[in-house]
Amino acid sequence: MDDQQQIRVVLAKLGFDGHDRGIKIVARILRDAGMEVIYLGLRQSYKNVINAVEQEDADAVGLSMHNASHMTLAPKMVEAMAEAGLDVPVIVGGIVPDEDIEPLLEKGVAAILGPGASAEEVAQTVRDAVAVVRGEPAE
Amino acid sequence: MAEHDRNDPEYQAWKAAYDATRLRDVPFETMSGVPVDPLYGEGPYPGQYPYTRGLHAAGYRSRLWTMRMFAGFGTAEDTNARFKELLRAGGGGLSTAFDMPTLMGRDSDYDWSLGEVGHCGVAVDTLADMEDLFADIDLSSVSTSMTINGPAAMIMAMYIAVGEKTGVERSQLAGTIQNDILKEYQAQKEYIFPPRPSMRIITDMMKFTSAEMPKWHPISISGYHIREAGSNAAQELAFTLANGFAYVEAAVAAGLDVDDFAPRLSFFFNSHSDFFEEIGKFRAARRIWARWMKERYGAKNEKSLMMKFHTQTAGVSLTAQQAEINIGRVAIQALAGALGGTQSLHTDAYDEAMALPTEDAARIALRTQQIVAHETGVTNVVDPLGGAPFVEWMTDEMERRAEEIFAHLLDIGNDSILEGAYAGIDDGYFVGEIADAAYRFEREVNEGKRIIVGVNEFTEGDDGERNLLRIGAEVEEYQLKRLNDVKQRRDSAAVTRALEQLKTDAADSEVNLMPTMIEAVKAFATEGEIVASLEEVFGTYVEKVFL
Repeated sequence: MDDQQQIRVVLAKLGFDGHDRGIKIVARILRDAGMEVIYLGLRQSYKNVINAVEQEDADAVGLSMHNASHMTLAPKMVEAMAEAGLDVPVIVGGIVPDEDIEPLLEKGVAAILGPGASAEEVAQTVRDAVAVVRGEPAE
Repeated sequence: MAEHDRNDPEYQAWKAAYDATRLRDVPFETMSGVPVDPLYGEGPYPGQYPYTRGLHAAGYRSRLWTMRMFAGFGTAEDTNARFKELLRAGGGGLSTAFDMPTLMGRDSDYDWSLGEVGHCGVAVDTLADMEDLFADIDLSSVSTSMTINGPAAMIMAMYIAVGEKTGVERSQLAGTIQNDILKEYQAQKEYIFPPRPSMRIITDMMKFTSAEMPKWHPISISGYHIREAGSNAAQELAFTLANGFAYVEAAVAAGLDVDDFAPRLSFFFNSHSDFFEEIGKFRAARRIWARWMKERYGAKNEKSLMMKFHTQTAGVSLTAQQAEINIGRVAIQALAGALGGTQSLHTDAYDEAMALPTEDAARIALRTQQIVAHETGVTNVVDPLGGAPFVEWMTDEMERRAEEIFAHLLDIGNDSILEGAYAGIDDGYFVGEIADAAYRFEREVNEGKRIIVGVNEFTEGDDGERNLLRIGAEVEEYQLKRLNDVKQRRDSAAVTRALEQLKTDAADSEVNLMPTMIEAVKAFATEGEIVASLEEVFGTYVEKVFL
């Protein structure tokens, strides 16, 4: 990964959900892994996220969800990104029950990180998702 | 036998208080039949200032803690049915959980409400929902706890209106509303307006309840969410007590006498897995509150000095991996709460790391605290750990660390804790400290320095099969129809008038908002409409992003 440009990740929370412990930890993990992190904060709209991706020329979007609203909000984010013509992977972290993982992946979510994911897993998941879009072989 | 100096006036005062207390009718002896004294160790004794050893001379010998299990989802009617069941079974305390849109002050038809209506509590849009929620329940004979903060004034106004409509005067209403807005900016993040106007609403509520609702607790100061957001034990203790002092300062500045409202303040703490640290935290909390209320705020009424608190086991400690082992964690945390002298306790269900608890898991959680109460014998002796060198050291250490944080807040607040709380919110002090502590813990787990059973060690045995509670979409459909019906039927001119008056009142800090708030809910203004009207005057809080 040495000669590659630095990965830029937009992190956000959508909707009402105010649980931000996880996303702040993930922000620091990704930063420690050498990525540039743009954390938008709580209660972001799809439009805000898209604007940030465009302005920052981001390589990936990370959404954190703890309210059982992942099944409605995450696919809508993926759709909104596609409508905006952005080919940027959307990764969901947080509380996602096992049986929801497959449907979310089918709806275009790039990856899902559950509770207990290690720092290495978190960083590698982002690298892999970005590599797929960039057309690089995954590690 | 306990070695007490029988002539010591402190001991004699304790003995007199103990002898005057009605005790539970159970044998105070070990499982093997060995009788035990109610008390061991040194004074100041339980029931004596600064209450480190507990609020009452006889502790759990006279009354066990209240086993208060927080629950609720679905429509107002569903919750009403559960309330009635509970009352038939002999319970007198109702505990209400609201859904996310209600907690955020938005209606069920708001953009973000989709998928959230009726999910983690009951949906309340208008007075009609509140009437359904308490239908056929005599509000003069129950005590109702309502866990809501940002829109607490509206929900309290609705409760008052339901009382009036059913012939119960507001002076008869008993209960607690969480209404602790400071910790929302610091941790839970369910805020609506900026901090200062929010504090104005809270002082209006304190004034209103002090004058008109003697059985009502207008605020429950909560460290629980601060800990869940990632703080350590000393930060939970210090931030929570500092918030308590901030409310005291705000109420006094608004013209109330400290002894008029302080006896009705109550607290809510987390009980995490580090056993002695938690016990030290609870004991230190009582002592700090008593000292500060007496020495700094000049409280005279003994009740103003006595910190009552509710405890909940640490949701954040529950693991999704091998979820059943959470039962062990909850038992240990519940025991710490009991040894810390809590007034009431909620035990988490083992499956709560992934979703709302199933009925079976909630029953096991209740049974767990019943085991602590009835089988372990810890309730036979008041403050059984008091005097143990490590426990006393830990209590002192928690206090010392909390005092360091108070000193910082006084420093950034020009000798005012209230101003220190505002400053700490504005400059990201609280969220920064909490995020640092959370990250530190996470790194230690990630590096294997800290073992979490089932997560980074002892990971075999997770079959991954779980039965999760799911909420259907019918609740949302029902609630949207209900809201629409109410909007069709109400007198919209009356709603507009009430909302206009509310804006006028909000712009004048000398006017108490509660009377017009009550008029507005009676006209069936929705929660979201009232919030939007107030936002026109107060503005909307947007958190600055700190990483």
